[in-house]
Amino acid sequence: MDIHRFEKGWLVASLALIVLFISTVAYVSAVTGVDMVDDSGGSIDVDNVTEDDRFSDPRVEQVGENEYDVYMVAQQFVFRPGSEPFGPVRVPENSTVNFYITSQDVVHGFQIVGTNVNVMVVPGKVSEITVEFDEPAEYGILCNEYCGSGHAEMGGNVEVVARDEWNTTDGGGS
Amino acid sequence: MAYVDKRPLEARVVRVAFGAAFLFLGLGGIGGLIQALHRTGYYRFIGEVTDGNYYTVLTSHGVFMVLFFTIFFLVGIFTWALTRSLDRDLNNPRVTKYWITSMCFGALLTSAAIIGGFFNALPLKANVLYTMYAPLQAHPLYYIGLTLFVTGTWVAGYDWISTYLRWRSDNPGERIPLMAFMVLTTALMWYITTIGIAAEVLLFLIPWSLGLVNEINPTLTRTLFWFFGHAVVYFWLIPAYLLWYAVLPKLSGGRLFSDPLARVVFILFLLLSTPVGIHHQYLDPGIPEGFKFVAMTNTMFLLLPSLLTAFTVVASIEHGGRQRGGSGYLGWLRALPWKNPAFSGMALAGVMFAAGGFSGMINAGMNINYLIHNTLWVPGHFHLTVGTASALTFMAGAYWLVPQLTGKKLVSKRLAAVQPFIWFIGMTLMSNAMHRAGLFSMPRRVSDPTYSFDYSPAFGTVGEINSQIAIGGVLLTVSLGIFLYVIVRTWFGGSRVENPVDSELPPALSGPEHSPRILDNLKLWAGIAVLLVILAYAVPIGYIAADGIYSGSGTYPTFIEALEVLI
Repeated sequence: MDIHRFEKGWLVASLALIVLFISTVAYVSAVTGVDMVDDSGGSIDVDNVTEDDRFSDPRVEQVGENEYDVYMVAQQFVFRPGSEPFGPVRVPENSTVNFYITSQDVVHGFQIVGTNVNVMVVPGKVSEITVEFDEPAEYGILCNEYCGSGHAEMGGNVEVVARDEWNTTDGGGS
Repeated sequence: MAYVDKRPLEARVVRVAFGAAFLFLGLGGIGGLIQALHRTGYYRFIGEVTDGNYYTVLTSHGVFMVLFFTIFFLVGIFTWALTRSLDRDLNNPRVTKYWITSMCFGALLTSAAIIGGFFNALPLKANVLYTMYAPLQAHPLYYIGLTLFVTGTWVAGYDWISTYLRWRSDNPGERIPLMAFMVLTTALMWYITTIGIAAEVLLFLIPWSLGLVNEINPTLTRTLFWFFGHAVVYFWLIPAYLLWYAVLPKLSGGRLFSDPLARVVFILFLLLSTPVGIHHQYLDPGIPEGFKFVAMTNTMFLLLPSLLTAFTVVASIEHGGRQRGGSGYLGWLRALPWKNPAFSGMALAGVMFAAGGFSGMINAGMNINYLIHNTLWVPGHFHLTVGTASALTFMAGAYWLVPQLTGKKLVSKRLAAVQPFIWFIGMTLMSNAMHRAGLFSMPRRVSDPTYSFDYSPAFGTVGEINSQIAIGGVLLTVSLGIFLYVIVRTWFGGSRVENPVDSELPPALSGPEHSPRILDNLKLWAGIAVLLVILAYAVPIGYIAADGIYSGSGTYPTFIEALEVLI
């Protein structure tokens, strides 16, 4: 097949670019050990979210010295906890926080504004995403998937507070 | 001899398809303007924030633009391209009549289901957006209309393929002409990828919206949607590619650089368009990382046909510029016919497609995708691709094709000459601002992106970004209005002439004789394409379906919300 030499050069450069892109992602995933969102959260019966131990009382729970689990329910049109009137998610500084989020109605999205913490929340599934927080700060959270006529109302906050300001009753349920 | 005189029957079908396409382009454009002004807070035609009307507009903008405008245009231009390049009529006028009627009727039903959302007295509503993610549910008419529309395209594909087979038996051993090759590979790709949407709609969404089943698996229906939902973007783009390969070199005064490479590009689209859909679900729970990685790898290789196209198209235009007396490294650019809107529209669309390609590379990266997923970055991206590379190329193509289909010379030429530039400026403002807003997490698909917290733009302000989105939206609407004005005046005014436009298409510099015959073996490529889809999807779909295929969701019917207002 006749291919002009400039076009051959372009073809080779294009393939090199493609291989480079794939290898950067493979490197980040395999070598630096950054996990991507996958099926680790497991399945849940959407009709019985409120009877599930993890989500019957949505909360922030200390599970290790600097490690916390957040159990959150996304529903039309609030995050529990996170949105008013349930109050913000409060976690201490310099902590590792595992978010477990499920929906009890339609598909939602969960994003911490200004960061790359971003995950879909699909009914029947538990979304798991782990976040490293450092200094005290206040973040916005929002639903970034259309979920019904009140979708624009679905926002809230995550507060990262000084360690001595955090106690076990913080950030918990409704 | 103009196409309309040579093939009056086919010209009529193409006119109906283009008429429908431009009607939906106009309606979709009104929706776009309403959204641009509403979400930036400049003017709210349709009530306040909590009102669902914004999402009725958003659904109509999406469905009208990316399903009806693009696909009606596609079936029109494919009918023109196939009959022109094979130099024969379509086989069976009754088949042709069936598919165009089915598509029009389907589009009408779906439109009625969407627009019914504005009127509380009607039991119709379909505020589910173009992605129609269950458990959000539309009125059954919405899904039934889409079914008629898509089955119409299947019959159109049969019409083209059977016409080709007749040609083949009359011309054994000849190479498939390039435009016919593009039509056939695309039709095969479409049959493969619409399996996903057909399964989603026929097995799940319709029975569920009629109340025959109570629950469906939301992850499964999402996955079936995206089985179709990425390849459909190539269905939007391919008519633009066809025009860039077949017509743009001629308009610039030259010839296509390489016919063989064009064939390779279309084979790559056939092979790789579908086994990539899971890249829209990088952030989904319930899908293992390995499946996502496979989809990403295929996606990255799908950059190849577009990068090759960039080379071939630019080289062909450069050849044209030099034929017109341009010289030097960049001097040929000035020699190009920038005053011809058919040329300038396609060329500017190509420039924007390059920019859209770069933001698409960001989207495709499994890890950086987290920063921009479902933010305003994403519509910023696809308004460069489908919203300009496709839409502006279609408009430019119409300036050259509508005269051939009606036998009338283009009118208001000076107005038409500025139209692509207004589009380009408007889209530069709007799309760039949307990309920037996405980087600080401003979401897409929302009637009012203001919350109790503030965004932190890396530079500039939220107000400045919003103003660019609004100004860009207004300029785009002005440009669209000019386009429709020029086309309607050309179509319905003026008188028939013998040769309304120079419609000759010169052969490629490097013709099909320079490529191996195996490129024309469509059965082989279709077989490999099916195999790749099975490899990429069989295990993920089995894994997702293991949760139960008719379980996992309630029903959140948007059309019942409308009924409750009455009670």
